[in-house]
Amino acid sequence: MTKYILKRIGISLVTVFVLVSVVFFLARLMPGGPFNDPKMSEAARENLSAYYGFDKPLWEQYLTYLGNLLHGNFGFSTKYPSRTVNDLLAGAFPYSADLGIRALCFAISFGLVFGIISALNRGNKIDLIFVIVAVFGTSVPDFIMGALLQYFFSVKWGLLPIAEYKGFAYTILPSVGLGFYTMASVSRIMRASMLEVVQQDYIKTARSKGISRFRVTWKHQIRNAIMPVITILGPTVAAVLTGTFVIESLFAIPGMGKYYVESVQNSDYSLILGMTVFYGTFLVFCNMIVDILYGIVDPRVRIAGK
Amino acid sequence: MSEKKTEQAPLTREQFVIIGKNLEKMESISRPSLTFWQEAWRRICGNRAAFFSLILLIVYGLLAIFAPMLSQYGFDQQDAYAMSKGFSADHWLGTDSLGRDLWVRVWMGARVSLTIGLLAAGLNTVIGTVLGGFCGYYGGKFDMIVMRIIDVIYGIPSLIVCILVMVVLGSGVQSLIIAMVIVGWTGTCRFTRGEVYRLKEQEFVLAARVMGEPVFTIIMREIIPNIMGLLITNLAMAIPNAIFQEAFLSYIGLGISPPEASWGVLAKEGTRMLRVAPHMLYVPAFFICTTVLALNQLGNGLRDAFDPRLRGTE
Repeated sequence: MTKYILKRIGISLVTVFVLVSVVFFLARLMPGGPFNDPKMSEAARENLSAYYGFDKPLWEQYLTYLGNLLHGNFGFSTKYPSRTVNDLLAGAFPYSADLGIRALCFAISFGLVFGIISALNRGNKIDLIFVIVAVFGTSVPDFIMGALLQYFFSVKWGLLPIAEYKGFAYTILPSVGLGFYTMASVSRIMRASMLEVVQQDYIKTARSKGISRFRVTWKHQIRNAIMPVITILGPTVAAVLTGTFVIESLFAIPGMGKYYVESVQNSDYSLILGMTVFYGTFLVFCNMIVDILYGIVDPRVRIAGK
Repeated sequence: MSEKKTEQAPLTREQFVIIGKNLEKMESISRPSLTFWQEAWRRICGNRAAFFSLILLIVYGLLAIFAPMLSQYGFDQQDAYAMSKGFSADHWLGTDSLGRDLWVRVWMGARVSLTIGLLAAGLNTVIGTVLGGFCGYYGGKFDMIVMRIIDVIYGIPSLIVCILVMVVLGSGVQSLIIAMVIVGWTGTCRFTRGEVYRLKEQEFVLAARVMGEPVFTIIMREIIPNIMGLLITNLAMAIPNAIFQEAFLSYIGLGISPPEASWGVLAKEGTRMLRVAPHMLYVPAFFICTTVLALNQLGNGLRDAFDPRLRGTE
C-alpha cells in the first residue's frame, strides 16, 4: 500500500512540474506582451520589464519562477499592479471551495438517492421519471442550466435571489446549477450498478438465508453498487471545479472562476498563469487523493497498481 | 410404461415416404448470412431510440448545410426594426438583440459546432487508435514513454489545457480543434492499447505474422477491425463532449467570437438577454440538448449493436 501511495504521489509531482513548465513556456509564446499599451513610452516599458524581471534570460526567469512557486508565491498580476496573484487567490478561493463543496454534496447525495430509488422501482413510472431527469441532466451544459434556473426561480417566480452570495438562500441556485450534470451522471451510474449487483449470486444467497429485503438492499446491494460511483469522483471534482468558471460569472460570485474568466477576457496573462497553476495543482492532488482512497477501498486496484 | 405405448396411434410403414437425399440443400444455409456490419445495422434499426437519434442527426446535418443557403437572411444581417422578436412567420425562430435571424444563425452555428464535434472527436480517435495500436503491439520503451505522457496529460484538467492553448493560438475553429485534440487523444489511446494487448496473442495475429505481413498492416488490417465497433461507439460518445467544450470555451470568450455563430456563442448571447428575450436562450439550448441527447442515445445503441453482451449496462 505504501508503495502504491508513493507511486501516486510521484506521478502527481511530475504532473505538476510538467504543468508548471508547460504553462511557463506557453506564456512566452503568447501573442503580445503584458505591457502593450501603445501610449506607453519605450523607457517606461523597459523599466516595467526590468521591474518584473522580464529582461533576464529565459532560463533564469524559469528558475526564479520555480523557486517562487516552491515558496508558494504565484507572482504579480500585471493588470492590477498593487495586487499579487496570491492576494486574489486568498480572497477568491474560499468562495469557490464553498460553492464546489455544496455542489458536490448536492450532486452526490441526490444522485445516489435518485439512482437507488430508480433501480428499486425498475420499469415503472417513478423509474421513468428519474431516468428522464438523468438523461436530460447529462445533455444540458451547466451554464445553460444555471441561466434557466435563474430565469425561472428568480425572474419568473421570484422564489430565490438571482445573484451574489450572501446566505444559504443565495447558494441554492448556483449549487444546483453546478451540480446538476454530476447528479445526473451519478444517478445513471448508480442505477446501472444497482441493477447489475441485484443479479449477483450473493444477493440470492442473502435472500435465501432469510435476511429481510430492506437489509439486503441496504447492506449488500447498495454497498457493492457504490463502487463505480467512487471511480468517477476524481474526474467529477475536476468537472465541478471547472464548472465554477461559468456558474460564478453567471451568478456574480466573487470566486476564482469569475477572476479566471475576467483575466482571460482582459488578457491579464500573469493572472491566467498563476490561476492555472493553482487550479491545476489543486485538481491533480484531488485526483491523487481519490485514487489513493479507491486503492484503500478496493484491494484489487492496489495489486494492479504494483 | 409399456401400457402407454400401446395407446399411441399405430405408426405404419406406409405412412413414410423415402424422399432421397438432397446433399446440396442440406449443405446450403437457409438464410443469407449477414456480415458484422449488416447485423449491427439491423440491431440499430431495431433500437427505436437509436434509430430516431440517427434520423434526427441526419436532419440536423442536412439543415446545417442547406438552411443558411435557402434563407433570405444572412447570418450577420441585422434588422433594426425587428430586434429581440419572438417566433413569427418572417423570422421562424425569432431574432436576436441585433435583429439577426435566429433560424439562420442556429444553422450557421450548427455548421461550426457539428464540424468541431466531428473533427475533434474524429482526429482524437484516429491519433489515439494509431498510437495506441503501436503502443499495445510493441510495448517496451516506446509504450512506456507514451503512457507516462498520457498520465501527465490525463492528470491536468482538460479544460485548463484547452484554455491555455486557446490563449496562445487565438480564437477560431482551427485552434479549438487543435486544443481539443491535444487533450483528447489520450482516452482512445489507452483504450486501444489495452485491446491490442488482449488481441495480439491470438492465433489470427500469429498467422498474419507467419505470412510475413508488416507490422503496420497487422495492426491496421487484422487488429483494428476487431475493435472497430468499440471505436465507433467511443467516437459517438466523444462528439457531445467536444460540443460541450466548444460551448464552454465560447461562453468564457475563448472559442468562436461574434458575429460568427456557434451554438456556444448563441447560448452565451442568450444568457445575457434572458430577461428580455428568453427565446434567445431556449433556441440554442434546445438544439444543443437534442443533439447531445441524440448522440448519447446513438452511442448507447451502437454499443448494444456491436456488442449485444453489453446491453443494458451503462
